[in-house]
Amino acid sequence: MHHELEPSASTSIIELHDHVKETLVSKFGTSLIRSQIDYDFPVFIIEKNAVHDILSFLKNDEGMKYDFLTTMCGIHYPENKGEEFALMYQLHNMQKNHRIRIKTFMSTADINMPTITDIWLTANWMEREAFDFYGFKFSGHPDLRRILNMDEMNYHPMRKEYALEDAGRDDKADKYFGR
Amino acid sequence: MITSVDIRSEHQPAGLEGQGFFATNLDKVVGLARANSLWPLPFATSCCGIEFMATMASHYDLSRFGMERLSFSPRQADLLMVMGTISKKMGPILRQVYEQMAEPKWVLSMGACASSGGIFDTYSVLQGIDRIIPVDVYIPGCPPRPEQVLDGILKIQELAKSEGRNRRESPEYKAMLAKYGLE
Repeated sequence: MHHELEPSASTSIIELHDHVKETLVSKFGTSLIRSQIDYDFPVFIIEKNAVHDILSFLKNDEGMKYDFLTTMCGIHYPENKGEEFALMYQLHNMQKNHRIRIKTFMSTADINMPTITDIWLTANWMEREAFDFYGFKFSGHPDLRRILNMDEMNYHPMRKEYALEDAGRDDKADKYFGR
Repeated sequence: MITSVDIRSEHQPAGLEGQGFFATNLDKVVGLARANSLWPLPFATSCCGIEFMATMASHYDLSRFGMERLSFSPRQADLLMVMGTISKKMGPILRQVYEQMAEPKWVLSMGACASSGGIFDTYSVLQGIDRIIPVDVYIPGCPPRPEQVLDGILKIQELAKSEGRNRRESPEYKAMLAKYGLE
């Protein structure tokens, strides 16, 4: 699925990937675990503990200037033992029109992350969504409540650990279909 | 050759007719008045709402049935038209709108989503509004055509015409509301 370097990637994307990779390695060393190009998107997989610092650097550094957080979301990989959960941040340098993606993995037992609402205010609702659907806890978030689902819901529905159909349903009983 | 057609704005109820007077029972007169000036509250959440807009517009022209006055206040509405997907989060809001309407009130459930959850067989969608409020008429379709909407509205009018004046005070009606935890 993932190629070390996507063969179809254009030279400008490869140059962008190499530049960001070298900068991150020189600045943060082994916090950058690996990097790859998915289709035409440079992806950097980094240590969980370094996410806040690296995102802050990518936004504020004069050479980087990834000043816009396009989106972020949670992901669940239940078959990925020890690294079941991931958070994905998509950044955009508006001046150069460069886009990169930052990804970090963590285990089910430890899905706490420092908030990035102090870097981008727009992360407020995105983190609430990741909490709502996957249960990520963002420490330091000003208002970590459910955002889309009803407040009474007592589970995180996008985790791939639930049966496709609610076992308590009675509206599909045989009698309604003449069986 | 044009044959003459008897055009009547309303069918006359059964009664006693003589020169200068017409006598019938009060239920029927009240029913006629109610049925021909229903004020609908459009609770439109998705594509069924777009079909309803077509039903309201000049081509299908809902005002032919005395319904051109939409009420966006539940306190002045007689007919709650639920058109579209109702998520579980929206459920309590819909219920509150229903509770704010004054009796007599009718509910029309338009389309597969409002009637049964439709294709949205999922954790976040209410599997039919009749799980939280009583429904008088269901319109099938995804979305239903304006003709079907008109047909459903005519069925509501029939209900309004034939309803006994004391039905809303009857123990059966109160028991039905109690099943939904209302009043």
